[in-house]
Amino acid sequence: MSFLAATGMTGGYGGADIITDCELRVERGEIAVVVGPNGAGKSTAMKAVFGMLNLREGSVVFDGTDITGLAPQERVRVGMGFVPQNRNVFVSLSVEENLEMGAFIRDDDISQSKEQVFELFPILAEKRNQPAGELSGGQRQQVAVGRALMTQPRLLMLDEPTAGVSPIVMDELFDRIVEIAKTGIAILMVEQNARQALEIADHGFVLVQGTNRFTDTGEALLANEEVRRSFLGG
Amino acid sequence: MEIANAFALLANFVIVPATAYGAQLALGALGVTIIFGILRFANFSHGELMSFGAMVTILVTWLLQMNGIGLGPLPTALLALPVGILATVAMAVLTDRFVFRFYRKKRANPIVFAIVSVGVMFMMAGIIRIVIGPDDHSFADGERFLISYGDFKKLTGWDQGIAIKQTQVVTVVVTLIVVAFLFWFLQKTRSGKAMRAYSDDEDLALLSGINPERVVLIAWIIAGSLACIAGTLYGLDKTYKPFIFLQILLPIFAATILGGIGQPVGAVLGGFIVAFSEVTVTYAFKRFLAYLGPDGWAPDGLVQLLSTDYKFAVSFVILVVVLLVRPTGIIRGKVI
Amino acid sequence: MTRRVVFLYGLMLLVLIGVGFFQSWNVAFGIFNLCLISAVMALGVNMQWGYAGLFNVGIMGFTALGALTAVLVSMPPVQEAWAVAGGDLALSFLCLVATVVAIVLARRMVPPAFRMLVTAILVVAGYFLIGVFFLPATDRIESIDPALSGYLGGLGMPVLLAWPLGGVVAAGAGWLIGKIALGLRADYLAIATLGISEIIIAIIKYEEWLSRGVKNVTGIPRPVPYEVDLVDTQWFVDLATSLGATDINEASSLFVKFCYGLLFIVVLAIVMWLAERALKSPWGRMMRAIRDNRDAAEAMGKDVKARHLQVFVLGCATCGIAGAMLATLDGQLTPTSYIPLRFTFLIWVMVILGGSGNNWGAVLGGFVIWFLWVEAEPLGNWFMATVTAPLPDDSAIGAHLMMGAAYTRYLLMGAILLLVMRFAPKGLIPER
Repeated sequence: MSFLAATGMTGGYGGADIITDCELRVERGEIAVVVGPNGAGKSTAMKAVFGMLNLREGSVVFDGTDITGLAPQERVRVGMGFVPQNRNVFVSLSVEENLEMGAFIRDDDISQSKEQVFELFPILAEKRNQPAGELSGGQRQQVAVGRALMTQPRLLMLDEPTAGVSPIVMDELFDRIVEIAKTGIAILMVEQNARQALEIADHGFVLVQGTNRFTDTGEALLANEEVRRSFLGG
Repeated sequence: MEIANAFALLANFVIVPATAYGAQLALGALGVTIIFGILRFANFSHGELMSFGAMVTILVTWLLQMNGIGLGPLPTALLALPVGILATVAMAVLTDRFVFRFYRKKRANPIVFAIVSVGVMFMMAGIIRIVIGPDDHSFADGERFLISYGDFKKLTGWDQGIAIKQTQVVTVVVTLIVVAFLFWFLQKTRSGKAMRAYSDDEDLALLSGINPERVVLIAWIIAGSLACIAGTLYGLDKTYKPFIFLQILLPIFAATILGGIGQPVGAVLGGFIVAFSEVTVTYAFKRFLAYLGPDGWAPDGLVQLLSTDYKFAVSFVILVVVLLVRPTGIIRGKVI
Repeated sequence: MTRRVVFLYGLMLLVLIGVGFFQSWNVAFGIFNLCLISAVMALGVNMQWGYAGLFNVGIMGFTALGALTAVLVSMPPVQEAWAVAGGDLALSFLCLVATVVAIVLARRMVPPAFRMLVTAILVVAGYFLIGVFFLPATDRIESIDPALSGYLGGLGMPVLLAWPLGGVVAAGAGWLIGKIALGLRADYLAIATLGISEIIIAIIKYEEWLSRGVKNVTGIPRPVPYEVDLVDTQWFVDLATSLGATDINEASSLFVKFCYGLLFIVVLAIVMWLAERALKSPWGRMMRAIRDNRDAAEAMGKDVKARHLQVFVLGCATCGIAGAMLATLDGQLTPTSYIPLRFTFLIWVMVILGGSGNNWGAVLGGFVIWFLWVEAEPLGNWFMATVTAPLPDDSAIGAHLMMGAAYTRYLLMGAILLLVMRFAPKGLIPER
């Protein structure tokens, strides 16, 4: 059984199903990437894993326990962290306060986690007293990832962390994500920049119309002729 | 000399009263802006909540006075205030439990909340009229002045004095303490930061494990306390009139929107700007200008921009200008 | 019309007839007439809230404008006042026009950086310039026989003309406020309308040259006969005796109320007919589409702000018509009785209880709530008397509570609103 195993997920926002029999898995310390064309239901699948969508069918098992019925806040408590695509920082709070809010559910000393985030993203240490709303797009994404890390999650979910940032910042962010995975945290992320994402991925899921089309290691997917032609632009 | 007299005149009729009034409006606007920021609706019942708080404080004050308990030079009402705050907070939390929570669960449109708050306002108004009656009450006691008009003149030898009423000093001091405490709470404590985070982004706050019901509860506790303090200070300064709290709603909303919805600093700023505009615009500058002009000269008219009958028109004009020029307010507030 | 509508209307009618039998027909007709006016107001509010979801807290202001129009149209002009101050008033009006023109021109010519400053300076300068002519003129007007006149009077035209005109005036004020506050946050409109109604009522209260202020204008000419004339009129006396009336005075006052009632029913019918047609037209369907999903409507290219402005102005006009009717019925303008939030709120309860978005519901709500409002007073007294009954007769608390009895009406209305909103948000006659 995988560390996170979301299987047979079927559901949508009230109307027609957006995802059908969708499956996502990730192991500790590994990076799993969800790619696919626009409107394939990638973000919806992520939301389903995090409990922000009512599933008609399917289950989500995390570290051996079935969490299908848990609310998003409760999933935070069992060790899942989620970075939404938009509105993922508190714009009027300072960088440091954003991190503190990330650790809201913890009652122990959080200074060490804060230092770890600052080590990972040194620029945030510099700007710790600035409102997050005044930061650049890439820095905001760092705050968002840092905020999610503050709960000391065992699974970190990222919804398009590189949306709207420059290629250099993107590479930088991917490097950091690899570093995070090396500490033993499982990472599940959705990416538009499929090729670069698959390069760092242990596993990849290609979603089309809300269902799995290809599932393999990142390397194998990159080598797969059909995947390259249809989804990686040749 | 003439300049000193002119200044004294202005201080006595504009600066001192406007400062006290501004402090009262600031406290009122703080309560409205917190509810705006957390629950995201214009709370029309805030004026009556202020009235309710003042009423309870008055009743307790009477009880204390009957038993001969006082604070010497300070008004007895200060001693009664904590009871008033408790009662007002209880009232605010109860209305939330029985009225507003239902619509929150349904994620109702803000305008539905506003209409419901008007209903709450009416019920509160009814309760207040039944309990304390529709009449005015003056409940200030202790020393009347920190410095009286005559004493000031004797002290300085000027023609014009500055009278500073005890209630005005109490108002400003209490406001300073309350505002300082509130800002400390919002900036430094975990709950305060959680409130700001929630006001910023409800969904993200949820993802961070912040309990919305707790945030809402704290918001009502703060709003209730602020309402009671603001209502009591307003009543101390200008006698308690049950019907005035409907009219004070407009300057309070103007101050809130001027400052930027959901922005506590803005609410304080807005309160003082509205108060100073109102007092300045309705003050007759005739004697002030006479002091500054050549000897024996005085302006023909009163040099009054607006009759005091229209003082709330000032709030309205401010409101309209803000809506036209910068709907987000001075400090960028929420626009939903 | 469904069976439910017929049943509820029938029930309401029965209750009113009951009042006629058990209290008096005069009381019943009195309530009935005010119910009709309330129903017109409720239709106005229903257009704004029911069709479009706009929250207007200033209904009483627009109503008061209608009432003021009734005075300005129907009262005879005070010639003396025009003689002593007409010229200066004309001059101050010219100054007003000049100021507005200057501001408009200046805003076109001055670079944007200074625009605010120049506008502000022009506003203040114009304000003082107007004052130069305006203040002495009003002083002179107000000093003419202050006990009886002291104002400009009106145009001396038939009061019925004031009904549509009152609507036009209120529509103008509504347009102005809608232009400013619509298109922003929904609650801004509520706060702005609260402000405008306070100001309108303050103007009517304090500008004595215009409306006699708190000295009230009385004796607004009637569109129906006077009781004293009726009693001396042969055909009426014959009619009354043939109908078996015993007290000719009572019969005459009943007849006057009946005439008013007929006029009001005509107005209500016209407004109702127009409102129903509008609601069922493509325009009405679009209005409701915007209300239910503003974003989708906007995405489909509907100009939401312009549509909202239209419906807001129409609603205000309807309230203005009702205000003119009210002043005509009262025969006087008493600014102090236009308490902004109290009656505004009453109209709101009418619409919400009746059924937001349904005109038949709004009218029914107007009847039910006005009836309750009138009858709640004895009810409140009875309630308080029961509560205080166990207390000794000379109990201060008892006396105090009896004094507060009048305010149980507030409590009742607040409770009705909250209960309906919570448990029956569709109201008595739900929207189709």
